[in-house]
Amino acid sequence: MTAEDLHKLLVGQFGESKIIGSNFTAKDPWIEVAVDSIVDVSRFLKHDERTQFDHLNDLCGVDYFEPDLKKAAKFNHQPHVAVVYHLTSYTLRHRITVKVKVARWKDDATKALPDVPSVASVWAIADWHERECYDLVGVNFVDHPNMRRILCPEDWEGHGLRKDYEQPLEYHGVRGR
Amino acid sequence: MSLTLEDPRVIEFDVRTDEMLVNMGPQHPSTHGVLRLLLRTDGEIVHEITPHLGYLHRCAEKIGENLSPPQWVPYTDRMDYLAGMNMNLGMALTVEKLIGMEVPEKAATIRVLIAELGRIASHLVGMGAYGLDLGTFSPFLYAFREREIILDLFEEVCGARLTYSYITIGGVTHDLPDMIPIPPGLAALTKRSRNMKVSWLQALEMFLEWLEHRISEYHTLLTRNQIFIKRTAGLGILTKELAISHGCTGPVLRGSGVNWDLRRDGEPIYTNMYAGYDFNVIAAPFKEAPREVVLGDNWCRFYVRMLEVVQAIRLVRQAIAKYPTAKGEYRIPYKMSAKLPIDEAYLETECPRGAMGFYIVGNDKAEPFRARAKSSCFCNLSVTAPLCEGFLLADIPAIVGSLDIVMGEIDR
Repeated sequence: MTAEDLHKLLVGQFGESKIIGSNFTAKDPWIEVAVDSIVDVSRFLKHDERTQFDHLNDLCGVDYFEPDLKKAAKFNHQPHVAVVYHLTSYTLRHRITVKVKVARWKDDATKALPDVPSVASVWAIADWHERECYDLVGVNFVDHPNMRRILCPEDWEGHGLRKDYEQPLEYHGVRGR
Repeated sequence: MSLTLEDPRVIEFDVRTDEMLVNMGPQHPSTHGVLRLLLRTDGEIVHEITPHLGYLHRCAEKIGENLSPPQWVPYTDRMDYLAGMNMNLGMALTVEKLIGMEVPEKAATIRVLIAELGRIASHLVGMGAYGLDLGTFSPFLYAFREREIILDLFEEVCGARLTYSYITIGGVTHDLPDMIPIPPGLAALTKRSRNMKVSWLQALEMFLEWLEHRISEYHTLLTRNQIFIKRTAGLGILTKELAISHGCTGPVLRGSGVNWDLRRDGEPIYTNMYAGYDFNVIAAPFKEAPREVVLGDNWCRFYVRMLEVVQAIRLVRQAIAKYPTAKGEYRIPYKMSAKLPIDEAYLETECPRGAMGFYIVGNDKAEPFRARAKSSCFCNLSVTAPLCEGFLLADIPAIVGSLDIVMGEIDR
């Protein structure tokens, strides 16, 4: 199934308010989905016999932000964090990329992490991928069975892959920089 | 009162044991790197197993955002350091997909040859280290004896034995060498003079001929060994549904019965490299398996790797035959300052341990905006909990070893 057909199918199933963007000319065509409907869309994509996306290739976060104030004006994206899901179907042999875009912080003042519903109930490997996304990109996955850091130590502060991440001066008394 | 115990079994009910929290690793000879497994055990039976990762996290993805792709190639070497060539290939192909570059036929032929030779080297380690985990030392040394020759050949090609950075954007960094001094291991094993000079392809042919005949020895040492079968058959049974749900790929997936190999079923930029080559995709079940073997157990995953070595030998031979008449150069020059388009590409390649995925997001700069590496072993390791729980402590190295993980790839 081509990306355009898949987009039509999803819009027919969920409506234009939930399937909010797409790019069919990219090297990997992608479909943007509203944050609150990602679990339902994922479940549909996995179980519907026309899609059967049983394999979650990858789940990662991308921080679209330019930390350098002088270059920020020319930055060509609105600051946001995108969670990208790459899916493949073993049975129907097609691929698609699904994206979810959230604000970088839920609240700029408290720097609370943005919320994205967890798809760990759809694909079991999303559990670990989402833990890594939380650890490094700083996205809070709601209803995740085990939301804790996976690569960095449990008491690490900060989320490494954020563009405005500042390495801490020291960790347990050891100077880092 | 007699001096002998009435019935020794009676006393055991009185000696109550609590559950223990046992730490396996991060320094442990059987955990294939720095992996910490937190076990909650009742005596020998494991009730809960929690892998703790991150001891080898080296921030490769963050570094990738500050380097142009050719500069990031050495970092991919160090991810799965036992299959560096395949890691380089995955990353180079992803960038080539992003920028729309097609490498010449000669470069593609060299890439297939080198990648499959790397697959043989990696599976030899997987097989040898698995035997070592289970307590047998000989297959490990035999495997490394063979691997030593491959490493010597790689050293003649690119100068390095482990961290090659050979396959890069646009092709490969050097052409295959002409005349080389014969690798010492090969001279000793094939009873030739140590002072002999051979062509690289000739040395490779001699090595493949040697290896072909050794494979039956490995089957006798491990595959058909009763002790090995007792420790691997019927254990660590990974069902097809669990494997797909946990994103397992490579021999782990094919050992559970899913006939999927990215060299045949992947994206065109990767499958075109293997078009015109004749090879079989190895997937369980096997007619020749011992009767204790169940689909998806440790033995199946191990046997998939053994048969993949045979297929890799076939592929290398075909690449050797294609090389003299392959058209074009061994590399298209790629400028380090060349800007990546404002686009993104994700590509998975069949590395020895599974499907390694690279996701490069470009933003009109030489450096990628996001350089993500999805590790095959990361997903393969996630099945440890369902596979190990309820089994004995001694089964853990057998199960984790059959997944053939490398922590460098998991932690990046």
